[in-house]
Amino acid sequence: MADTALAHGADHGAPHTTTGLSNNKLGMWIFLGSECLLFGGLISTYMLYKGRVSAGPQPDQIYDIPFTSVSSFVLLMSSLTMVLAVSAAHRRDDRNTNLWLTVTALLGATFVGGQVYEFTAFYREGLGFTTSLFGSSFYTLTGFHGVHVTVGIIMLMALVGMVRRNRIPGSKAETVELIGLYWHFVDIVWIVIFTLVYLIPS
Amino acid sequence: MAIIERPSAEIAVAGAAPSGVKPSEALGVFKRPAASTSWKDWLVTVDHKKLGIMYGVAAFFFFIVGGVEALLIRLQLAGPEGKILSADQYNQMFTMHATTMVFLFVMPMVSAFANYFVPLQIGARDVAFPRINAFGFWCWLFGGIFLNTSWFLGGAADGGWFMYAPNSSTLFSPSHGIDFWVLGLQITGIASLTGAINLIVTVLNMRAPGMKLMRMPIFTWMTLVVQFLLLFAMPVITVALFLLSFQRSFDATFFDVAAGADPLLWQHLCWIFGHPEVYILILPSFGIVSEIIPVFSKKPLFGYPIVAMSGAAIGFVGWGVWAHHMFASGLGPVSVAVFSMATMAIAVPTGVKIVNWIMTMWGGKLSFTVPMLFAIGLVVQFTIGGLSGVTHSVAPSDTQQTDTYYIVAHFHYVLFGGAIFGLFAGFYYWWPKIFRKQLSESLGKWNFWLMVIGMNMTFGPMHILGLQGQPRRMQVWTEARAGEGFFNIGFWNRIASLGSFILAVGVLLFIINIIYTHKSKKVAIAPLDPWDARSLEWMTANPPVEHNFDSIPTVNNLDEFFHRKYAEDPNTHEVRQVATAEEVLAELNAHPDEHIHMPSRSYWPILVSLSLPIICYGLIYNRLLMGVGAAFLLLTMFGWAMEPSTAPDDDFDPPAPGEGGGHTKELAPLG
Amino acid sequence: MSTVTEHAGHTDHSHDESHGASDKQYVVIALILAALTAIEVSTYYVDFGPLFMPTLFVLMAVKFVIVVSYFMHLKFDNKLFSYLFYTGLILAIAVYCGALATFKFFLQKG
Repeated sequence: MADTALAHGADHGAPHTTTGLSNNKLGMWIFLGSECLLFGGLISTYMLYKGRVSAGPQPDQIYDIPFTSVSSFVLLMSSLTMVLAVSAAHRRDDRNTNLWLTVTALLGATFVGGQVYEFTAFYREGLGFTTSLFGSSFYTLTGFHGVHVTVGIIMLMALVGMVRRNRIPGSKAETVELIGLYWHFVDIVWIVIFTLVYLIPS
Repeated sequence: MAIIERPSAEIAVAGAAPSGVKPSEALGVFKRPAASTSWKDWLVTVDHKKLGIMYGVAAFFFFIVGGVEALLIRLQLAGPEGKILSADQYNQMFTMHATTMVFLFVMPMVSAFANYFVPLQIGARDVAFPRINAFGFWCWLFGGIFLNTSWFLGGAADGGWFMYAPNSSTLFSPSHGIDFWVLGLQITGIASLTGAINLIVTVLNMRAPGMKLMRMPIFTWMTLVVQFLLLFAMPVITVALFLLSFQRSFDATFFDVAAGADPLLWQHLCWIFGHPEVYILILPSFGIVSEIIPVFSKKPLFGYPIVAMSGAAIGFVGWGVWAHHMFASGLGPVSVAVFSMATMAIAVPTGVKIVNWIMTMWGGKLSFTVPMLFAIGLVVQFTIGGLSGVTHSVAPSDTQQTDTYYIVAHFHYVLFGGAIFGLFAGFYYWWPKIFRKQLSESLGKWNFWLMVIGMNMTFGPMHILGLQGQPRRMQVWTEARAGEGFFNIGFWNRIASLGSFILAVGVLLFIINIIYTHKSKKVAIAPLDPWDARSLEWMTANPPVEHNFDSIPTVNNLDEFFHRKYAEDPNTHEVRQVATAEEVLAELNAHPDEHIHMPSRSYWPILVSLSLPIICYGLIYNRLLMGVGAAFLLLTMFGWAMEPSTAPDDDFDPPAPGEGGGHTKELAPLG
Repeated sequence: MSTVTEHAGHTDHSHDESHGASDKQYVVIALILAALTAIEVSTYYVDFGPLFMPTLFVLMAVKFVIVVSYFMHLKFDNKLFSYLFYTGLILAIAVYCGALATFKFFLQKG
């Protein structure tokens, strides 16, 4: 997009908003504010129920802190690569944008893979979804987070394809930034989960 | 004449790297649908006004469904040992009555008004996210239909509208009713959430020049508050519904007391959502009434900033009172004391509003038109319901009233006497704006008085029934235990049942009024400004053109439209009319904007939302069907993302003559 | 790039090449986050005694705020975004802590 075209487009295509902020970005932040209540509810359910183990293993018996630390670190670093992608997109550097988006998606996939491994390991150790209140609430909370990461990965991959084919309507940098916001949000939720769920024993 | 032109065509021409998909490149199904006047246009429309009308029509249909359910309940209770419904059917009936009225009538009817009038009131051409707006409507509609198909598929939900666990587990409710209920509400919840995001961004970001927050009409203000409540309340019920459906579908243990679960978890989640929900239902009606009372008192709203801020205060304090629904559950004295206090506190901003309405009417030139009557009806009846609500904040008294008809009386006074009267006021007030004809005043007065009498006959006696100890949700009462004299519950039950049918006749008169108004040749087209109104939505054609305003007005005052019609004489300080509504509109339209960009129609909102009930049927009956639904969802979302940003060229006026030739085509009026 | 059209809403830093920080600064921030995570994990191996819970909560909050402020640019962006997001966050904390309090959750011994 040439500057002249954009300036021209700003007169016509993108009408001036009251606050001067982009509708999409405002919408995304509002959505993230709402998501706080969603994860808050799931985390509270877990906190209430983590000590209620009528059958099966206790939390501190099965958590593998070194393993989860590594996957947490992977997700944290994916936030760095995401922010680099956003920065490249602002520079209109499509190549690096795509590179960092792909790396972010791969790191995210590593995290989800780790979660799948963790779930199977826990299941083998006797913690099923229906085993105890701890099991139900643990799998629900981390599962919801995992689904959010997976949705993020799908969006990242779609974004890579769309950037490559120039098929993004409107500002490319903004689209990358919006998905970045979502991705970082998923990361900060995990920061909270990692502390509250894994590091603080029941 | 305003010119509706293709957006961002310039970018594609002048830009080095065109972004987005050019319409000509798009493959067949990925094209945007063109404008048309056939009924199919309604399926693909993204116009906030058409969506508002569709919300309204569908919600009114569900109002009738919920009303019939209510009548069956009252028939059953009209005499001792009622035989009309079995106990099981009765459970389904009151559950679905409440669910339908709350989620499928009042909430979407509010969406109808908000969709139609918020953009008009703030001087916008559309909402911020038109496709998401359409998506929200179809989600809500399909969710509502999905919910009601349970009647024909083995019985509807039977756990009461707040569906207390563990009573809602498969052990106590083995039919699929509650599964339908849970999944149906998840789908309608998506509609509420997307609607909330959409309207908040619209109000914050799409106001006309000069339309400061403190110049917005109160209805827009209340809509903003309500959308924030929805935004933050919907995820809470979403969590609760997920926990319940995981318990029912996948044997999770969340509410399994044998496994050590705490049934109060459901109650907390349900009421953390449920109490803001109460304000979600009533605040829009407060907004409508705050529009109507000044117009028919010929006075500006008394204490406008206080009315706006007390609405926001209600929304805020509404988050701290949820546990007053749970006083009987053994929360402990500290919690009960805290929530009692908060509940008493919330009566203050509500009372402030009532004072403001009365002060607006005080000394005004009142004209008792039908909308004004309904508005006054709200003020009176809501006050009664509000006062009985304050009695609930006194925990010892509430413990006696919990689960009796006293509670039923209270919330019907605030919801029927309040919320629904406000909506009816809105119907009569805005009808000529939407449908060009004014509903008959004489039929309307019959409608109003029958509804007032019916409503008070139905719900007034329930105060007595409740204090006499008649429990909610009991399908029979017996003569032997009905009591004697004035407090004989048989007598009051008969009065209530009789009242409910008077109420139904009142509603029927409304439908007759609509038919009469639109069929009779005697009813002329309404004037542009039949009520001598004050706010911006009346500064448009009847009905508004698709792009709402030929030129976006610049707002200099609260009640901008009024200030364009009237001016104060500097010498005598007398307010005189300086222009008619027609003149104001003509002046506004004299210099139409040359570059108006309207969002194009889209196939995808209806298709994406269609996949959701398929997934949900699959979840209940057949996992393969679920897979099909999920695949359909992914496919349609892909279509949504890949859709070109505009319709083909021929859907638009050519560029203005100055912009590179071409003749000017007038935009055909749409529907 | 045209900061005028794309960043019309920015009150400050509107002349920066992009939002707030440069790529190098992002890497530094990520290293800080990694170090904080390392301290968190170390609580699993080393006994922090009575400081155990406070340390974890402070670290969690610091990491959270760093990601939100820098990676999500909230520090450099329009205040409206902060208001909207933190309203949701604070409301969530208040409401759910209130609900947990009625279960006497905070009175139990860890």
